[in-house]
Amino acid sequence: MNINAQIAKTYIVTNKKLTGVAVAGVVLGMSIYIFMNSMLLGFDKASSKSIFKTTPHIRVYKDDEISRPLVSSNGKKMLLINPKIVPAKNTIINPGLVISSIQKMKDVEIVTSQVNANIFYNSGKSQITGLCSGINPEEADRMYAISSTIVEGSLGALKGNPNGILIGSGVSDKMSLRVNDYVNITSSKGLNKAFKIVGIFKTNNSVIDKTKSYVNVLSAQQLLKEGNVYVTDINVNIKNPDDAEKIAIQISASTGYKAEGWRQANETLMAAQRMRKIIITFVSTTILLVAGFGIYNILNMTITQKINDIAILKAMGFKGNDVIRIFVTQAVSVGIMGVIGGMMMATLIITLLQHIYVGGDIGYFPITYEVTKYIQGIVVGMVITFFAGYIPAKKAANIDPVEIFRR
Amino acid sequence: MKILESKSISKYFTDPVEFQVLKDISFDIEKGEFTTLVGKSGSGKSTLLYVLSTMDTDYTGKLVIDGQETGNMTKDELAGLRNEKIGFVFQFHYLLSDFTCLQNVMLPALKLGKLSNKEIEERAYQKLAMLGLSDQALKLSSKLSGGQQQRVAIARALINDPLIIMGDEPTGNLDSNNTRIVFDIFQELSKNYGQTIIAVTHDDDFASKSDRIIELKDGEVIRS
Ligand SMILES: Nc1ncnc2c1ncn2[C@@H]1O[C@H](COP(=O)(O)OP(=O)(O)O)[C@@H](O)[C@H]1O
Ligand SMILES: [Mg+2]
Repeated sequence: MNINAQIAKTYIVTNKKLTGVAVAGVVLGMSIYIFMNSMLLGFDKASSKSIFKTTPHIRVYKDDEISRPLVSSNGKKMLLINPKIVPAKNTIINPGLVISSIQKMKDVEIVTSQVNANIFYNSGKSQITGLCSGINPEEADRMYAISSTIVEGSLGALKGNPNGILIGSGVSDKMSLRVNDYVNITSSKGLNKAFKIVGIFKTNNSVIDKTKSYVNVLSAQQLLKEGNVYVTDINVNIKNPDDAEKIAIQISASTGYKAEGWRQANETLMAAQRMRKIIITFVSTTILLVAGFGIYNILNMTITQKINDIAILKAMGFKGNDVIRIFVTQAVSVGIMGVIGGMMMATLIITLLQHIYVGGDIGYFPITYEVTKYIQGIVVGMVITFFAGYIPAKKAANIDPVEIFRR
Repeated sequence: MKILESKSISKYFTDPVEFQVLKDISFDIEKGEFTTLVGKSGSGKSTLLYVLSTMDTDYTGKLVIDGQETGNMTKDELAGLRNEKIGFVFQFHYLLSDFTCLQNVMLPALKLGKLSNKEIEERAYQKLAMLGLSDQALKLSSKLSGGQQQRVAIARALINDPLIIMGDEPTGNLDSNNTRIVFDIFQELSKNYGQTIIAVTHDDDFASKSDRIIELKDGEVIRS
C-alpha cells in the first residue's frame, strides 16, 4: 500500500467514532436517494401500467373540424365569420388501408380497430349508463391484457360470438348479473339488443369497472346502426411507450388523421407525475448533499485535529499533493463504505416495501430494484464525497508548517 | 566541501510591528561539520533554522544546499530535497500520535521509497536500538514520555541517512545520560559517516564539545 493511503487508513481506523458518523450519514443519504428514486420509477410504472389497461400507446381518430370561411380574405378584414364544428361523421375512411399502412411502420407492435358506443345497460327496471367498446378480442387482449383482469368466464368465449359481452364487475354487482345471464343494451341510436354475458372483468379501477363493457367490433357497429367499415378509433401499441409522441406525429403525417400519444391523452396524470418527479428528485438530492456536508464537516474536524501531523509530514518532505491524497483517500473510503452500506440499506427498504399491500388497482407497493438508480446513486454519492473531501484537503495542503511549529 | 551556504540572509516580521528578526546572516558549513547554534532566547535561532531547513521561504538572501541554489526551487522540489537530504528534529512537535514509534521512524523512508518495506523496517529498528528504544518500537508514540518521544524523533531524522541533520534543541527534553548518548551519536555520524549536524542548544557543555559554535544575538551572528 502506498504511504499516503496507509496514513489515511490509520486515521480512519484510529478515529472510529468520526468515521462511523460520516459513514452513517452517507448510508442514510444513499439509501434514501436510491429508495426514493426507485419509488418514483415504481409509481410511474404503476401509473402507466394502469393507464395501459384501458388506453393504447397511440390512438388514431378523426378530429372534429372547424368550418373555415368560404372566401379567403386576402388580408382584408372579415366581416362575417362564424366558425363551427363541421357536422361530419367521426369515422375513419377505409380503415383497412390505414391499419395496414400503420402496421408497416417501424416499432409498431399491435394495430387494432375499435368502435366505441355510449350505451345503457338495462336489466329489469334498473338502467346504468356506460361505454361499450367494440374490439377484436385477440388484438385487444394483447394490448390491454384483458384476460388477466377476468374474474369469471373467459375472453375466449367472446371470439366470433356476436351476441357475447364482457362486463365490468361494478356493472355486474349493481345489476346482479352473472356469467350466462342476459343483459339488454340500448345504444345512443335507440337500438336495443340482448347480449349474453360470457365474462366479467375487474380492473380495480372503479370508474371502468362500473361502466365499461366489451363486445365484438361487428356488434358495436350494429349498435350504432353502421356498416362494417365504420371505425372510430384505431389503437396502436408500440415497442417502447416512451416513443409514443414521436411515432404519433409520424402516423399523423402519413395517414392524415389525428394521432394522440398516451401522455397527451392523460395530461393531468402526466402533470402530477412531473410534479412528483421534481419533488422527489429535489428531496433525495438534498439528503445526499446533506450527507456530503457531513463528510465535509468531519474531514474539516480531522484536519484541525491533525494539523500538527500535517506540519510534521510536510517538514519531512511530503508534498501538497500527498496531503490532498491522504485526506481525499479518507473521504473516498468513507464514501465507498457509505455507498455499499447505502445500497444494502436501500435494498432492505425496497424489499420491505414490496411486501406492503396498498390495495386498489396497484396491489403491492409498486417499487422494484432499479439498477439505473443504484448506479446513479453510486455516481452521485461518490462525486459528492470526493468534493466533500477535496475542498478541506486542499486547504490542508496549503498549511505552512513553520506557522504551526512557531505556536 | 561546502554543504550549506547562507549568503546575507535577512528576514522581517511585520506582525504586530515590523522588526528584523534575522540580520544579514552569512556563513558556510562544511560537510561533516558538527555545528551548534547558540544564543539567548528570542535571538532568532529557531527562525534561522526554519530558513536553513527550506521550510520558511519568506526571506531575502541566498541559501545553497549541497550545491543547489534553493531560491528558485518550487515548494514541491524543496519538499523532495528535505525528504532526501535533511533530517529535522523539532523543538516541541515530534511525532504523529496515531502511529507507533516504528511507523513514525519509517515514514520519511516510506515517502522516499528507495528501499523495500522490510529493509526500511530493519533500518528503523536499528535506529531505535541506537537510541535505546528497541522495547518501545511497537507502542503508540503518544504513550511515550517527552524525552522518549524526542529520541524517536531523532531516530526518524536519521532514517534516510540525510546529508544534514538539523535539530532545534534536540536534547532540550533529555536527562544528562540521554543527552550524552545523543551527542555521541551526532559526533559519530559526523566523524565516521560525514553527515553534517546543525543543532540549536542551550547546553553550554554540549556546545563546547561540538566542532563549531555559531552564536546569534538579536538576529545577528556575533561568533561563527
Ligand atoms: N510569527 C512571528 N511573528 C512575529 N514575531 C515572531 C514570530 N515568531 C517569532 N517571533 C519573534 O522573533 C524573535 C526570534 O524568535 P525565535 O527564532 O523563536 O527565537 P529563539 O528560537 O532564538 O528563541 C523573537 O523575538 C520572537 O518573539
Ligand atoms: Mg527557539
